[in-house]
Amino acid sequence: MAHSDERTSRLDAPTIVEVAPTDARRVTTPTKVGLGDRPKVDKLLSVRDLSTHFFTPDGVVQAVDDVNFELGYGETLGLVGESGCGKSVTALSIARLVPNPPGRIVSGEIVFDGIDMLRLGDDDMRQLRGKEIGFIFQDPLTSLNPTLTIGYQIGESIRQHMNLPQKAANDRVVELLSKVGIPRAKDRLNDYPHQFSGGMRQRVMIAIALSCDPKLLLADEPTTALDVTIQAQILELIQTLSQEFHTAVLLITHDLGIAAGMCDRVNVMYAGRIVETGTVDELFEQPRMPYAWGLLDSLPRLDDVRGDRLRTIEGLPPLLIQPPNACRFEPRCRFSRDICREQEPALTLRENPLHLARCWATEPDGWIA
Amino acid sequence: MATRSTALPARAARPRKSAGLWSDAFGRLRKNRLALVGLGLVTLLLFTGLFGPLLAPWSYSFQDLKSVAAGGGGPLPPLAYGHLLGTDQLGRDLFSRLLDGARISVSVAFVVQLVILTIGVPIGALAGWFGGRLDNALMRFTDIIYAFPDLLFIILLTVVFRETFFGRAMDGLLIVFVAIGLTSWVTVARLVRGQLLALKETEFVEAARAIGVTDRKIVTKHLLPNGIGPIIVAVTLGIPGAILAESTLAYIGIGVQPPRASWGSLIAEGQKYVRAEPHLVLFPAIAIAVALISFTFLGDGLRDALDPKLKGKQ
Amino acid sequence: MISYVARRVLWIIPVLFAVSIITFTLMHSVPGGPWDREKKLPAAVQSRLNAQYGLDQPLYAQYINWASAFVTGDLGPSYRYTDRRVNDIVADGLPTTVHLGVMAFLLAILVGIPLGILAALGHNKWPDYLSTSVSIIGISTPSFVLGILLIVFFSVQLGWFPTGQWRGPEYWVLPTVALAGFPIAVIARYTRASMLEVTRKDYVRTAHSKGIKNESVVSRHMIRNALIPVVTILGPTLAFLVTGSFIIERIFNIPGVGQFYINSIYTRDYSLLMAMTMLYAFAVAFLNVVVDVLYAYIDPRIRYS
Repeated sequence: MAHSDERTSRLDAPTIVEVAPTDARRVTTPTKVGLGDRPKVDKLLSVRDLSTHFFTPDGVVQAVDDVNFELGYGETLGLVGESGCGKSVTALSIARLVPNPPGRIVSGEIVFDGIDMLRLGDDDMRQLRGKEIGFIFQDPLTSLNPTLTIGYQIGESIRQHMNLPQKAANDRVVELLSKVGIPRAKDRLNDYPHQFSGGMRQRVMIAIALSCDPKLLLADEPTTALDVTIQAQILELIQTLSQEFHTAVLLITHDLGIAAGMCDRVNVMYAGRIVETGTVDELFEQPRMPYAWGLLDSLPRLDDVRGDRLRTIEGLPPLLIQPPNACRFEPRCRFSRDICREQEPALTLRENPLHLARCWATEPDGWIA
Repeated sequence: MATRSTALPARAARPRKSAGLWSDAFGRLRKNRLALVGLGLVTLLLFTGLFGPLLAPWSYSFQDLKSVAAGGGGPLPPLAYGHLLGTDQLGRDLFSRLLDGARISVSVAFVVQLVILTIGVPIGALAGWFGGRLDNALMRFTDIIYAFPDLLFIILLTVVFRETFFGRAMDGLLIVFVAIGLTSWVTVARLVRGQLLALKETEFVEAARAIGVTDRKIVTKHLLPNGIGPIIVAVTLGIPGAILAESTLAYIGIGVQPPRASWGSLIAEGQKYVRAEPHLVLFPAIAIAVALISFTFLGDGLRDALDPKLKGKQ
Repeated sequence: MISYVARRVLWIIPVLFAVSIITFTLMHSVPGGPWDREKKLPAAVQSRLNAQYGLDQPLYAQYINWASAFVTGDLGPSYRYTDRRVNDIVADGLPTTVHLGVMAFLLAILVGIPLGILAALGHNKWPDYLSTSVSIIGISTPSFVLGILLIVFFSVQLGWFPTGQWRGPEYWVLPTVALAGFPIAVIARYTRASMLEVTRKDYVRTAHSKGIKNESVVSRHMIRNALIPVVTILGPTLAFLVTGSFIIERIFNIPGVGQFYINSIYTRDYSLLMAMTMLYAFAVAFLNVVVDVLYAYIDPRIRYS
C-alpha cells in the first residue's frame, strides 16, 4: 500500500465563478408529515442526494454536494475528512440545525426511522431532536451554558421529552451522570460547567445527548478539543454506551486512527463529496482512492526513519463555490489523467460489495490496478 | 492525524489572498453602510470646522440690527433678509454661528482626545507593562479620578484659572477642553493596560525578548501597533462624550464666552424664544445630534471592522 | 466572595478621602471668598466672619476641622444661607433628587433592556429598526435638549404635563423621561449587541439540538447570558444619572440638591460645596461597587471560582 515515490504537484487553482443565490434548487417546503406511524425500514438512517449550500455574499458555497449513505440500527459509521470537507455540515443537516441564514438544505432526502425528515414540520422536528437524535459537539466548554447547572442542562431534555415525575427525572439525571463516569454524581448536580475539567464536560455532553435514549447519536469530533490521554476514555465511553443501548453512531472525525478504532464502516469525505466508503478493514487494507492513500500515508509509522520529512498531501482543498465538473481532488493527485479534469468520477463499486470509491484510476478498467 | 496537507507547498493554490489586518478591516468598513454615513458626516464636520469661517456669510459676532428692526424686533426666521437660517435677537446670523460652533466642536474632539491620549496611554502602558505594584498604585489612582464628579471638577478648574492666561486661552475653551480630558482619560488608560497585559504574555513577545530586544522597543514596535485598533475605536467613540460635555457646559454658561457660539450656548440663548422662533434651538440641536451620531456610527463601524474575531472572515 | 465585597466597599474610604483633599485644595484656590456680595462688606466685618467660621486658620487646620466634623456626620454651616446648616439643606433636597434618579434608572432598564432584546430577536426586521431609531435619538440628543423639547411639546403645546416643580406624579413624567433618554439608548444598544452575540454561541446550538422550544431557548439560555455583560454598563449609567440629574433639575425647576451643586462654587459656599462633592463622589463610588458585586454574583464563573 505504501506509495513513497517523489511527489509532483500539479496545482491549478480552480476558477471561481460567482453564483447568484437564486440558482439554488429549492427543496419542497416541509409539510406536516407526522411522527406517528412510520413505515418499517431496515436502515435507521438513509441519506440520499443530500446537498446543503451556504448563500454568502461571496457566492454559494456548496458545502455538502449530493451525499449518499446509510446507517443501520446500532451501527457505528465514521465520517472522515479534513477541516472544511463538509462532514460537520452533513451531521447538522441530518438534525436540521444548519444555521439559516446563510445555510440551507437545497435538495435530497433524509429518512430517519421511516420518517421523511426534510418534509417534517418544525415542531415535529424539534420533538425528534434530543429525544431520538442526540448530538455531541466538539468543544464542551462553549457548548455548555455557563450560567446553568449541569444538572439542569441534562434534565432539560428529560423534562422536555419524557413525561417523568420530578423525582424520577432527577434520579435519571443522577443515573446518567454516573453512567458517563462522573464520580459522586449526586453531589455534582448543582455544579456549573466551568467547575469541571474538559474531559468531564464532554462526559456531561454525552449524558445530555443520551439522556432520552436516542436511536441516533451524532458525534461531531467529540475528542478533538481534549487531551490525548482523555480522548481514549471518551471514545471508549461512547462505544460502551452505544453498544449497551443499541444506539447508532455517526462519528465525525479527521483522525483516521479514531475511525479505525470505533467504526464498523467509514465514509471518507472530500470537498463536500463522499469519495470512498467501505468497512474499516477494507478501507485500511485496500483503499481505492488517492486521497485515502494520502491520508493513510501521512500517518507517522513506527518504522519511519527519524529525520525523514513527514509525508503530506501537497496543496489545499478547493473552494466550494461553483466547483467545476471534474474530480475535486485532481489538483493534488499525482495519478490524474485528462479524464480526471474533464469529468467527475462517480462513486462506483470496487471488489467488495460494500466498498465504493470515486476515482477514475481505480475503476475496474482504470489505470491503477 | 490531520491531513498535513497544509504544510508548506511552494506553489499552493491559495484561493484567496489573505490581506493584512488593515486592508481586511478597511474592506469590512467599506461594506458597512452606517459606518460610511458616519465617515461622510465626520468628514463634513471636519471640513466645516476647519474652513467654516471662510464659508460663513457673516462673522459670528456681527449684529445685523437693521434687519432685526426691519423684521419687527425679535429674532429673524430662516430665509429672512438673506439669513439662511435666521438670526437671534441681536441680528447675529445663525448659520454663521453654527459654523463657529462646528469649529468649537471639532476643537473639542481633537484637544480632548489629545489630552486623553497624552495622559491615558502612558499611564496605561506603564501599568500594563510593569504590572505589580506600579499597576496597583496606578489603578487606585484611576479609581479616584473615576469617582470624582467630573462636572464639578471642570467648573472648579475653570473658575480657579479664570483670570489666568490658561483660563483665557482660546476664548476660555482651552481650559474646558483640558478639564474634560483630565476627567475622561481613565477608559483609555484601562484599555491600554488591558492590551499590554494580554499581549505581554504572548509568544511573540517571548521570542522578541529571547533575542534581546529591549523592553521599550517591544512596547513601541510590537505591542502598540497591534493594540492600536481598540484605542482608535475608543478615541472615536469617546468624542461624542466630549462634545456632549462641552455642549452641556456651554448651556449652563461654562467655557465659551460670548460672542463666540458653541452649539450649547446657542441653545441656551435661543431657549427664551423657543415657542415663537424654534429654529434658534432646533438647528443647534440638530447640529449636535449630527455630530454625535456621526462619530458614534463611525466608531461602531471601526470597532466591527477591527474586531479580531472577524479577522480573515469575509 | 465576601472578602471581595468587603475589599471593594472599604476601598471607597480612601477614594473619598483623596477626593475631599483635591476638592478642598481646588476650592480654596478659587479667588474670592464666601462673603463676596455685590456690595463689598467692610473689611472688619469680613475678618470677624472669617474668624467666626475658622477661615483665618491655616488650610490644613481648616481641612482637619472639616474632616473631623464630616466623619461625625456634621456637614457644617452653610456660608451662603447663613441661617441654615448644610445637613438640613441636603436633607431637604436629597430625597427629591434620589427619587428622580431612581425613577430614571428604572425607566432606563425597563425600557432599554426589552428594546434591546426585541431588536436582537427581530434582527433586521421592524423591531430592530424601531429600537435602533430610539437609540439613535437617545444618544444624539443631550438631556438638556430633550428636556427643552419635552417641555415645549408636551407641556406648553399639549398641556399634558406641568413645566416644572415636583409636586405630584404628573410632575415626575417629563423630567424622568428627559433624564432617562440617554441611558435608554445606551442600554438598548448594548443589550442588542450582547443578545446578537449570544445568538451565535455554541450552547444555544446545543439547546436547539436538545429539542427545546424556541421561547425557552431564548428565555432560559439567551437572555440570562446576554444580560451579564449589560450589567457592566450599569455603573457608568448610574454615574451619568447622578451627575446629570442636576441639569434636569435646573431645567424643570426641581427642588433637589442639584441646584446647590454648581451654585456652591460661585457662592464660595465651602461646606456646601464639600458636602455636594462628597455626596456625589460617594454615590458614584458606591453604586459602582454595587454593580461590580452584582456582576460577580450573577456570573457563576466568578461566583464559584
